[in-house]
Amino acid sequence: MNRRIYLSPVGNVVEETLTVTARFISEMFGFDAVRHTSFPEPDFAFDVRRGQYSSTLILQNLTKVCPPDAVRFLAMTEADLFIPMVTFVFGQAQLSGKVALVSLARLSQDFYGLPGNNDLKIHRAWKEVAHELGHTFGLVHCRDRSCIMSLSTEILQIDLKSEDFCQGCWAILSEELAAQNVAFRRGHLEMRNKVVETPR
Amino acid sequence: MKMQWEILVVDDEEVMRESLVAWLREDGYGVDSAASGRDAIERAREKDYAIYFIDLKMPGGIDGIETMMEVKKIRPEASIIIITAYATVDTAISAMKEGAQEYIVKPCNPKEISILVERIINVKNLQLENTILRQKLAKRYSFRDIISKNPKMQDIFELVKEISSLKSTVLVQGESGTGKELIARAVHYSGDRASKPFVSVSCAALAETLLESELFGHEKGAFTGAVAQKKGKFELADGGTIFLDEIGDISPKLQMDLLRVIQERTFYRVGGTEELTVDVRVIAATNRNLAEAVAAGTFRDDLYYRLNVINIQIPPLRERREDIPLLVRSFMDRLSHELGKETDDITKSGLKLLIDYSWPGNVRELENAIERAMVTCKTRVLTDEDFAFLEQNGSRKQAWNVPDNLPLQEVEKRVIVATIKRTGGNIKEAASVLGIDRSTLYDKIRKYEIER
Repeated sequence: MNRRIYLSPVGNVVEETLTVTARFISEMFGFDAVRHTSFPEPDFAFDVRRGQYSSTLILQNLTKVCPPDAVRFLAMTEADLFIPMVTFVFGQAQLSGKVALVSLARLSQDFYGLPGNNDLKIHRAWKEVAHELGHTFGLVHCRDRSCIMSLSTEILQIDLKSEDFCQGCWAILSEELAAQNVAFRRGHLEMRNKVVETPR
Repeated sequence: MKMQWEILVVDDEEVMRESLVAWLREDGYGVDSAASGRDAIERAREKDYAIYFIDLKMPGGIDGIETMMEVKKIRPEASIIIITAYATVDTAISAMKEGAQEYIVKPCNPKEISILVERIINVKNLQLENTILRQKLAKRYSFRDIISKNPKMQDIFELVKEISSLKSTVLVQGESGTGKELIARAVHYSGDRASKPFVSVSCAALAETLLESELFGHEKGAFTGAVAQKKGKFELADGGTIFLDEIGDISPKLQMDLLRVIQERTFYRVGGTEELTVDVRVIAATNRNLAEAVAAGTFRDDLYYRLNVINIQIPPLRERREDIPLLVRSFMDRLSHELGKETDDITKSGLKLLIDYSWPGNVRELENAIERAMVTCKTRVLTDEDFAFLEQNGSRKQAWNVPDNLPLQEVEKRVIVATIKRTGGNIKEAASVLGIDRSTLYDKIRKYEIER
């Protein structure tokens, strides 16, 4: 049975970020997380007027190159993403689909004029990765503000929510994973100890 | 209580449309999309969306505002959110005047969309909850389409349940418009005869010979025009219930015939020789005081006693004013659907006016007043001004000079003649204006020999 989640950078992404995220995905969702092809900077999706990249166009392109044996296909980028209706998005995913995209641009302290903190950036990235992959497994936004599936429209909301699914979302996710014959390992709780504490 | 509210996103730009659809789906809403105003209108006809996101500028065909107005015609309850760019904010504000609930300027802060939709959905959930609670309240105080929390009416409901499966004759008494036929139907449909026919006859609407033929049927050739055999209402009601409205108005001969049917359960068709047997429960109704008619010798006492086995006296509306708010809500709910009007509320002062009014035509007059007010009302809320015609009627009565030496019956006759003339001979409308039942009006037309 196919049990791989593929992970690709779109444009330049620090290799270590990809490596630890792959491990995180594997621990969290129980699939093998495999580093996949690097894609060039997404110039085709650049909107000159907004100075940002169209998340929808990148996602459309990724769908075309999604490996056929992929359970899920996750791409990470340093590009600042947008959809036409809103000023920015932290990421975008196909609800109950295969492809998800996460932007690291606004997860970095530098973006807010603060001293850089790579561990914190990775920590935030994991939450976003779990959130977007959660959408691909059919989960919608959760009203529980501490649940990883709650909607985050500000960086503070990402920092404040836990890196875990609430019981309701966990039940739906584990049902979905069980259907694909994968045990929900929840090993990410051990992983959490390896990164810095979230600033209060 | 919570329900899945559906959203329709209308935009000609695919990326814009699909990204907003995806965003809303991630929020857990059921979302469809339409690529043009025409497509949106088609979809509105097929499905009841709670919220429409409509882009203001859509090239070719119909634009956002036109789309909104068409959708509003089909789905007046829908909430419309106009999507606009900074350059067209002014137009979006005019769209609000045309009925848009909100407008959103793109690109907006990500949290704005979710907050906006959540706010609208919360209001819709509250409206739904309100509707359900009102329905529950109406159900609690209703019995077979009759709404009342009045203790006397509640006693009647209990009595109806108790007697529904008996065969005993029932006499329903009450003023015009109190709902005598509704009570008769409640008796029939609550009992063992519910699956059998309920046949209603207005005894005042027909001349004596016609009524006789109507009740008992006739044989071919029984009289001029009897070209074929015809079954009467008693035969048609076999196994079920016959409701004889305005029983106080029937002739002495028919009183005797009826007595025979009720006693023997047998009768002859007009011009017939074969004795027919039926199993019919008789429920009679009148707005007259039959006991007085018996005392005056105009109504047979033996028939009166046969009819009056179970007596139900319906109180007039002025004696159960506590029911007026419930009835008003019930009529408004029904009429808003029937008339396709958005009017769904009434001000406190409007309701007070209705509670204080005397309602000589009882519940029927109240229903007519609500319908008339809703037809002319231009807003969602009925006010006391919408019921000005009730006050006008009242003041007209006060200002009216009572003619000298005019018998009361002559006054009634003149009022009826004038009303029929004003309604162009429309008896239904004239009865409504006079606040009396059609059969009562027919009775009075015959009594005063009024030409129509």
